[in-house]
Amino acid sequence: MSQEPESKPPGEPAAKRDELPSGREGHTPDFSPAEVQRRLRHPVSFFRRTREHLIEGGVFLCGVASILAISLIFIFLFREGLQALRMVDTPLDFVYSMGVQLEYDAGIDDVVAVGEAPQLAWQPVSEEPKLSMIPLMWGSLGVALLASLLSTLAGIGVGIFLSELASPRLRGVVKPMLELLVGIPTVVIGFVMLAIVAQPLRQVAEAIGLSGVYGSTYNMFVGAVGVSIVIIPVIGSLVDDALRAVPDDLRAASLGVGATRWQTTWRVVLPTGVSGVFGAVILGFGRALGETMIVLMCAGNAAQITGNPFDSVRTMTAAIASEMGAAQVGGVHAQTLFLVGAILITITFLLNLTMELVVNRFRRKIRL
Amino acid sequence: MSVLPKQAVKAPSPPPARPAPPGHYLEVKNLSVHYGETQALFEVSFGTEKNTVLALIGPSGCGKSTLIKAVNRILELTPGARIDGDVLIEDESIFGQKVDLISLRQRVGMVFQRPNPFPKSIYDNVAYGLRIHGVKDRSTVDDVVEWALKHSALWDEVKDRLRTSALELSGGQQQRLCIARALAVQPDVLLMDEPCSALDPIATGKIEELIMSLKQDYTILVVTHNMQQAARVSDHTALMWLGKLIEHNRTEEVFTNPKEKITEDYITGRSG
Ligand SMILES: Nc1ncnc2c1ncn2[C@@H]1O[C@H](COP(=O)(O)OP(=O)(O)OP(=O)(O)O)[C@@H](O)[C@H]1O
Ligand SMILES: [Mg+2]
Repeated sequence: MSQEPESKPPGEPAAKRDELPSGREGHTPDFSPAEVQRRLRHPVSFFRRTREHLIEGGVFLCGVASILAISLIFIFLFREGLQALRMVDTPLDFVYSMGVQLEYDAGIDDVVAVGEAPQLAWQPVSEEPKLSMIPLMWGSLGVALLASLLSTLAGIGVGIFLSELASPRLRGVVKPMLELLVGIPTVVIGFVMLAIVAQPLRQVAEAIGLSGVYGSTYNMFVGAVGVSIVIIPVIGSLVDDALRAVPDDLRAASLGVGATRWQTTWRVVLPTGVSGVFGAVILGFGRALGETMIVLMCAGNAAQITGNPFDSVRTMTAAIASEMGAAQVGGVHAQTLFLVGAILITITFLLNLTMELVVNRFRRKIRL
Repeated sequence: MSVLPKQAVKAPSPPPARPAPPGHYLEVKNLSVHYGETQALFEVSFGTEKNTVLALIGPSGCGKSTLIKAVNRILELTPGARIDGDVLIEDESIFGQKVDLISLRQRVGMVFQRPNPFPKSIYDNVAYGLRIHGVKDRSTVDDVVEWALKHSALWDEVKDRLRTSALELSGGQQQRLCIARALAVQPDVLLMDEPCSALDPIATGKIEELIMSLKQDYTILVVTHNMQQAARVSDHTALMWLGKLIEHNRTEEVFTNPKEKITEDYITGRSG
């Protein structure tokens, strides 16, 4: 549009927009269009073409390298893990093992062996190794589910706060802090939980009458709280990103028919950003599943199947981290740990795949 | 909204003598808007009457959208926007302490320049405004949705697929859907920001008919770049130029006998 200076009221700030960088004031553009055209319309130079090829090649190589690295990890883990399968009689040994069943005999006031029964036990260094992975999976799943339960709501709340309520300035302070929290070495969080939080938590639990069920000071719940410290910021930050990707037009439309801020968030912004929110939650779950240091330090590290969240558990990750060093190289214990790793990476891979599929589907549906 | 005071039991006091409304139904007074440092509106003042259509014309970037966004206070959502001056509806300032933003926006509906349907079904888009105001019963919502879609000239095209996503509609259909969504909450004032910019001539004709028929129930402010459209649908026309109101008069006057040189140049296409 023509905004000739003479039609502009003098001395108004609108003039600022048109100001050129200092030193160019009063300068009139002067060039020959034909000359510029000639310089633009030449065949692509050898140098430019080569540069293009080089960049393309470089990017391609980076991509190939990372795919290669991941594939190698997969191949390595599975190769080692499959050896464990060859070292046992049947793959069912990783599910259960037969063990002596003891029963209390009142006559002699002692326990006696009454026969054999299947057991779900992870006792890899006993004389006859018991290699059921179920207790480890139970521990991993328990911690990850409990941590997700604790952090999904909190994380979504943090995300909504950042994207819908916080002023830009507040957000500019809080978001970097969150991201800093994600970057804290997990061993530090584990240590803090172990040394400072676990004991008071137990006291609180006992004070509110939970002493009967509070099994161990270091337990699944403490581990899950520790893991939550890491994944709440992860989920919060991703939910914030997802909600901020929702066009402001939609907020205006909703507020424009008289919706409140909360109604707008709940009925328009969240449903529109649901794929991102979902992705954030899955990612948080995956992160919880893979978390090692915190659970190793705080969850008690006792491989057992328990329905009580206040009992100790050992996760798959903690088992690998704590046992690999002591396991005999090439022995069935070490190979089984590789198999545990292979299963873990497969689960994580499948989780990510689901997330991609679901997120993409949603995204296509709402054209975000 | 405050709860009704329990005065009904008292002897009825004589109603306070209300001065005869001196002003216009909708009155904009010395309205200035800044976006940060940049001033987008310069002391704009005008009034418009109930059941009339006012067309806002002017070159791109002259502040038409800014002006109508101020009238339902959606402008306040833009970070850095500062509003000075006043807007009165039935002699009551929309910026007053007592004003409830929710009911103001319900009363002053808006159709935005770019179609912005929710990623929901066609039905849910139109029903949205009713539902957030607590109207839930099925038959009422059904009726209002049908009425609004008929009034926005969209019903025939979507009546068999009300449950499909609004995003599957074409741009022009989406815009009519947004009009339906605005109509569904039964506003008094309707602000339309270039409602036909994405429409084909047939749909445009329908929307123009719609504007003229809606006039019986609503007070309409419509932004348009189309001079013929302004001439066809509006009772009054206001020309804006670089954030100022240059001329405001009966549409015939503006088009046949413009007072200002800028207006004459603009409507004859010599500038802008
Ligand atoms: N969010 C914003 N931040 C800063 N400046 C803005 C913003 N929105 C609009 N402006 C400026 O305010 C002025 C008026 O804009 P406005 O959108 O009201 O113009 P318009 O008359 O509606 O134009 P169009 O016909 O192109 O829609 C323009 O100079 C624009 O650059
Ligand atoms: Mg505009």
